[in-house]
Amino acid sequence: MSILVLIPTPLQKFTAEQASVEVNAATVDELLKALEGHFPGILARLTDENGKLRRFLNVYVNSEDIRFLDHQATALSDGDEVSIVPAVAGG
Amino acid sequence: MTATLSRATFTGLRCKECGHPYAATARHVCEDVCFGPLEVVYDYDAIRSRVSRASIEAGPSSIWRYREFLPIEGDPIDVGTGFTPLVRANRLARRLGLKHLYIKNDGVNMPTLSFKDRVVSVALTRARELGFTTVSCASTGNLANSTAAIAAHAGLECCVFIPSDLELGKVLGTLIYNPTLMAVKGNYDQVNRLCSEVANTYGWGFVNINLRPYYSEGSKTLGYEVIEQLGWRLPDHIVAPLASGSLFTKIRKGFDDFVKVGLVDEKPVRFSGAQAEGCSPIAQAFAAGRDFITPVKPHTIAKSIAIGNPADGPYALDLARRSGGTIASVNDAEIVAGIQLLAETEGVFTETAGGTTIAVLKKLAEAGTIDPEETTVAYITGNGLKTLEAISGVVGEPHTIEPQLASFNAAWERAQSLQRASWEPMGV
Repeated sequence: MSILVLIPTPLQKFTAEQASVEVNAATVDELLKALEGHFPGILARLTDENGKLRRFLNVYVNSEDIRFLDHQATALSDGDEVSIVPAVAGG
Repeated sequence: MTATLSRATFTGLRCKECGHPYAATARHVCEDVCFGPLEVVYDYDAIRSRVSRASIEAGPSSIWRYREFLPIEGDPIDVGTGFTPLVRANRLARRLGLKHLYIKNDGVNMPTLSFKDRVVSVALTRARELGFTTVSCASTGNLANSTAAIAAHAGLECCVFIPSDLELGKVLGTLIYNPTLMAVKGNYDQVNRLCSEVANTYGWGFVNINLRPYYSEGSKTLGYEVIEQLGWRLPDHIVAPLASGSLFTKIRKGFDDFVKVGLVDEKPVRFSGAQAEGCSPIAQAFAAGRDFITPVKPHTIAKSIAIGNPADGPYALDLARRSGGTIASVNDAEIVAGIQLLAETEGVFTETAGGTTIAVLKKLAEAGTIDPEETTVAYITGNGLKTLEAISGVVGEPHTIEPQLASFNAAWERAQSLQRASWEPMGV
């Protein structure tokens, strides 16, 4: 399944400065691994030593925070858009 | 290096989580390591050598009397922000069974009647220093008012983002300064996320995104002022509203700064936070004993504090716990009653965030969580004239009369009997 992933500026050095990339994955977890396949080194920036997404990273599937869905097990469908947003700011 | 000539007392930024250092540019994320939030690093020896109680007291009647503690290099944008009244609230105290209660009234802050003028004055001063010509923000209302106003004063271009369902006072109170106003069809967290993406693409200074490390420091002045206005001492307990959690933690940092440079004696201060039940992710985590925040979708009249995914939530949670404070929530009806209670006892008309704070203060006082002997400060962060919708329909109506004495006499009689009918015996 082809998923469009929006890459935040600080991680674009891994993706040859591309702001969005396409990968095949059926869950968010798979997507993280697929990113590592294409862009070695990126996984260690996205997750901690236990494979959990870093506390200050937010991941959205079609604009919905995955903490409202199934976290890293959230299923993905063809054409979904996944956005990675570092450190919530605001307030 | 011209460090010896500069008035700056800050040296850079660093990650609050992993400590990784960064230069003092427009950035807010630990991009090289863990994506944690960045904070400003100060040279406290330099600050200590430059400030005294007397030097501060001789400064301007604004936040800039504390400029050595703020992250700017040159001349500040001074629109008279800060040094708002600390009111001894005797009538409210008696009603709540407390003895030493104060209201820090930022509802009369300048220029836009909320505490946001503090953070924006700092952020736009820094934005100008960093060379930005357009400034922006993701706002629940008050911040949009403040950013648009102070940008107008400073001659900066301004484009601000709000959720599209805000109160009229917040919308018109932004438009009057003629910024570009984007009303986003979504809640604040969606606005915030959109702005993170815009900040990535447009070269703008977003006060609460890429300028957030500087911006948030402005809230420390709410700590400094209370110390100074109490006669150079710390309170025992503070109650403040929680939205992102930044204000709450920066009041603590303000207290810490003054202790660190010897301006005030250290003593424990309890920190209690107030949330609206319809958006209470931090209160829920507190009650459940969790150390992480589960985001929520907001449904409350307290729109100015309706942040479902609070950036500083974990830090606020930690502060309440380690200081022996608490985090409580109140429902919309209690919030309106809180607005009324503060107005009727102290003559201070606050918006829904302040109603939340007063309602939580009442709840904690009634539960005995606040000791009557504690010197307690409740932070009122915004003005009631901006959220008239919240109290319309619950404060009664005027007696409309003819311009004749007989008409007045009859109406006065009616008013007296109405008042007798609704009168219930209570203290005060």
